[in-house]
Amino acid sequence: MYKLNKVILAVSLSALSLAAVAQPLPGVGRSATPKEIAAWDIDVRGDFKGLPKGHGSVAEGNKVWDDKCASCHGTFGESLEVFGPIVGGTTKDDMKTGHVLSMVTGSEPKRSTLMKVNTLSTIWDYINRAMPWTAPKTLTTNEVYAVTAYILNMGEILPANFVLSDKNIAEVQKTMPNRNGMTHDHGMWEVKGKGDVKNPPCMKDCIKQIEITSTLPDYACDAHGNIAEQNRTFGAIRGADTLLACNPDSSIQELNRIYNAPRKAGASTSAAPAMPVVAVAAAATAAPAGETPFDLLKKNKCTACHGVSNKIIGPGFEQISAKYKGDAGAEARLSGVVKNGGGGNWGGSMPAHGNLNDADIKTMIQWILASAK
Amino acid sequence: MSNELKQPGRILRAPENFIDAELSKAITTGGLNEERRGFLRKSFLAASAVIASSAASNGAMSAAFEGDPNILNHTEYDQALGMPVTTNPYGVPSKYETNLVRRESPGLTQVGGASVSFAPLQGLFGIITPSGLHFERHHQGWHDMDPAKHRLMVMGMVKNPKVYTMDDIMRLPSVSRMHFIECGANSATEWGNVAVPTVQYTHGMVSCSEFTGVLLSTLLDDCGFDKKNGKFILAEGADGSGMTRTISMANALDDVIVAYGQNGEMLRPENGYPLRLVVPGVQGVSSVKYLRRIEVGDKPYDTKDEVSHYVDLQPNGQQRQYTSVQEAKSVITSPSGGQVLLGKGFYNITGLAWTGRGKITRVDVSADGGRTWRTARLETPVLSKALTRFNIDWVWDGSPVILQSRAMDDTGYVQPSINQLRGVRGTKSIYHNNAIQSWRVADFGEVTNVQVK
Repeated sequence: MYKLNKVILAVSLSALSLAAVAQPLPGVGRSATPKEIAAWDIDVRGDFKGLPKGHGSVAEGNKVWDDKCASCHGTFGESLEVFGPIVGGTTKDDMKTGHVLSMVTGSEPKRSTLMKVNTLSTIWDYINRAMPWTAPKTLTTNEVYAVTAYILNMGEILPANFVLSDKNIAEVQKTMPNRNGMTHDHGMWEVKGKGDVKNPPCMKDCIKQIEITSTLPDYACDAHGNIAEQNRTFGAIRGADTLLACNPDSSIQELNRIYNAPRKAGASTSAAPAMPVVAVAAAATAAPAGETPFDLLKKNKCTACHGVSNKIIGPGFEQISAKYKGDAGAEARLSGVVKNGGGGNWGGSMPAHGNLNDADIKTMIQWILASAK
Repeated sequence: MSNELKQPGRILRAPENFIDAELSKAITTGGLNEERRGFLRKSFLAASAVIASSAASNGAMSAAFEGDPNILNHTEYDQALGMPVTTNPYGVPSKYETNLVRRESPGLTQVGGASVSFAPLQGLFGIITPSGLHFERHHQGWHDMDPAKHRLMVMGMVKNPKVYTMDDIMRLPSVSRMHFIECGANSATEWGNVAVPTVQYTHGMVSCSEFTGVLLSTLLDDCGFDKKNGKFILAEGADGSGMTRTISMANALDDVIVAYGQNGEMLRPENGYPLRLVVPGVQGVSSVKYLRRIEVGDKPYDTKDEVSHYVDLQPNGQQRQYTSVQEAKSVITSPSGGQVLLGKGFYNITGLAWTGRGKITRVDVSADGGRTWRTARLETPVLSKALTRFNIDWVWDGSPVILQSRAMDDTGYVQPSINQLRGVRGTKSIYHNNAIQSWRVADFGEVTNVQVK
C-alpha cells in the first residue's frame, strides 16, 4: 500500500490518494519525544555507539560483584551452577592474537563468556540491560563500568588498579582475547543464502551397511520421567513405561549385527515370538491434576533459587526436609522465614515474600518438609 | 505387578516387557532358543493372567465371547444428561488429555526463568500447534503484560520517530499468516551423540501458528526510514532481559510481522502478549517477544544473543555469527522415540517438515535404515516457512527396523545426515542441527532414539 510503485500508482489516480500517501497512516501513532527516546534507547553497539559517559574501577566492581553477582556467578565468575561460566579459558597469548586457542583444542569443558565474546560492548550492554538477574536495569552507569572492569580483571585482561571509562574502552577492546573469533563467511545470515552441506536424494541401494553410531545412554533411560505418561493412553501407540522397566539398549556392535542380519521373506515373523504387543489402558485414567504444591513453588518462583534435590542459590527442598526431620516446630519457623525473610542457616539469607498468602505458604512448606527421600 | 495396576493412568506393560532386560537383550541378540522361550512363556502367562483377571472383573472376554460390554451395555453417557453450554466459558481439553503437555528437559538448564519447555510433538496432529502447547523459551522469565500500558517505539534512522499504542497497531492494515517458529538450538543435544529419549525433547522447540499483525514494513514506511543507509534493525523486548536481536533490512522489509494475534486469539503471555515480532524462517530468538522498540541503524548491533550465544563454533575455533536461517528439516513424530507399537500390521507413519528458505517440496521416508526411500504424502496446505505434515503407509512385519525422514525444499536443498553436518561443522556447534532423525524399532515394538552414519 505504501511502497514506491504504489505511490506512483496513487499519484496517477487522484490528488486525494496522493494526500493519503504523503502522510501514510493518518491519525495513527504520534511522534516520540526526545526524552522518551533517551529513556529506551539504551543499546550499545560493537563500535560503542550508544555508550554513555562514565567510569568504574576494578575495586568498585569487586564490591558490586560480591553484593549482587557472586551468588549466581561464583566469587571468581567461574561458577556454572546457575549460568554458564563468565571467566576462564583465555590466555595472555589469546590477547595478542585475538583468537582463543581453547576454542580449537576444546580444553575447556564449558566455554566461558570471555572465550566467546568478540565485542566488549556486548558485556557492557547486557549487564546494563539485564543484570542483576532478579532486578535488571537497577545498576548505575558507573556500576556497569565497574562490574565490566572487574570481570576483565578476573579474566586477567585488566590490572587490579584499572579504571574503565568511555574514554579508554575502545583501547581495552583491542585486547579482547576472542576479538577476531567471529566469521560471517556462511550462507545462513540471509534467507536467500546457500547451505553448506549437500545430500543427494538417493532412493534405492543408498547404503551397503547400516551403521548405528550412538544410542541413548543407559543412565538417560528414565531421566525424562515416565514416557508412558507423556503419550496418550489410546491410539496407534503407547508410551514406554520407563519407570517400570528401562530396556537398556544392546551394545552398538550387537545392534549393528541385528540390523544388518539378512532377512528372508517371512523369516522375521516366524522367528519372532508369537505375541503381539498387547498394551491395555488401566481402567481409571488419571484425572486432570489440580495445582500441586510443586506448581505453587514454581509459580511463586521459589524454584529460581531452590532445586528439589540441589542447591541453586538457596538449599534444595530435600536438603531442607532432611535438616528439619522430626522437628515439630519447623513448619511454623520456616513459614515465618518465607513470609518475613531471614534464616541464614545455609550461608545466605532468604528475602521476604510478604505477597504470599499464608495458606499457600503452609501448603508449600508442608510439601517441602515431606520431600526428603 | 499388582501395584502397577493400582496406579491410575499406567499402561500395562506388554507381556514381553515383563521379562527382565537381560533376557530381552539375549532374545534380541541370540534369538529364541528353547530355554529362553520357556522363560518368555512364563512371563507372558503371568502377564496375561493379570490382564485376564482385570478384564474378567469388567465382565468381558469370558470363554464364550458375546461382545464388547462397551457396545452391549448402556453407558454413563448415553443414559444421562450432559453438561450445559458455557460450563467452561473458555473451553479446556478433555480430562483424558493430560499427558501431552509442555515439559522441561531435566538437567538442560538450572533456572526456570532462563529455560525452555518443549512442545509434545509426539501426539500433535496437522500443522498448527495449540497455543497452550507452543514451546516456551524465556531469557528472564515471562510476564502477563497490561496491553493498555504497552508501547512500541520506532526510532533511529527514521524521519519521524513514533510511538504506537495497541490501539494504534490494531487499526493498521493486518495480515494473517501461518509460520513456524523454531529455536536455533532445537536438536542441540544431539550434535555429539544421542542424549534424549523422545521427539518432544529432540525436536519440541518448533511450533507453528497463524499469526496476525501488521507488517514491519508498514511501520518502517510510516516513520520514513532511511532507505539508503538503514541496513539493519534492532528489535527489543519489554521484559527484564530487554531481549535484543539484529535483523537485516532486506529481511525486515520482506515478511516480518509485528504480531498480536495467534491462532485466532491474542498471543499467549508465554509467547509475548501483547506484541511480538515474527521473523519467518529465522531462528526463534529473533522473533522478539514483548516487542517495545524497533531501531533502524547502519550496522549490526552485536547483542548478547549474537555474540555469546546463538553463534556456531566451527572446528577451526571460529564462531559463525548471525547464523539465522533454519534450514530444511523433518522428523517422524509417530512412531517415535519412547513409543511402543501395539503389534504387527498397518501403521500410518506421520511427521513434520519445514524450511526457513521457502516451501517443502518433498519428504522421503525410509523404513530400513536408509537403504531405500519412499516419497510420503504431503498434506495441504503446504505453506512457505510453515510446518508441513507428511504421512505414509507402513506395514510392520515385526522385525527390527530403523525409521527416517528426509525433507527437500524449493531451493533444491536436501536435509542432510548428522555425519554430513559434522563433516562441515564439527560437533561443537550447538545450533542449527537439522540432521535426519533415526528411530530404531526393536522386534518387541519399542522405539528408541539412535544415530546412524
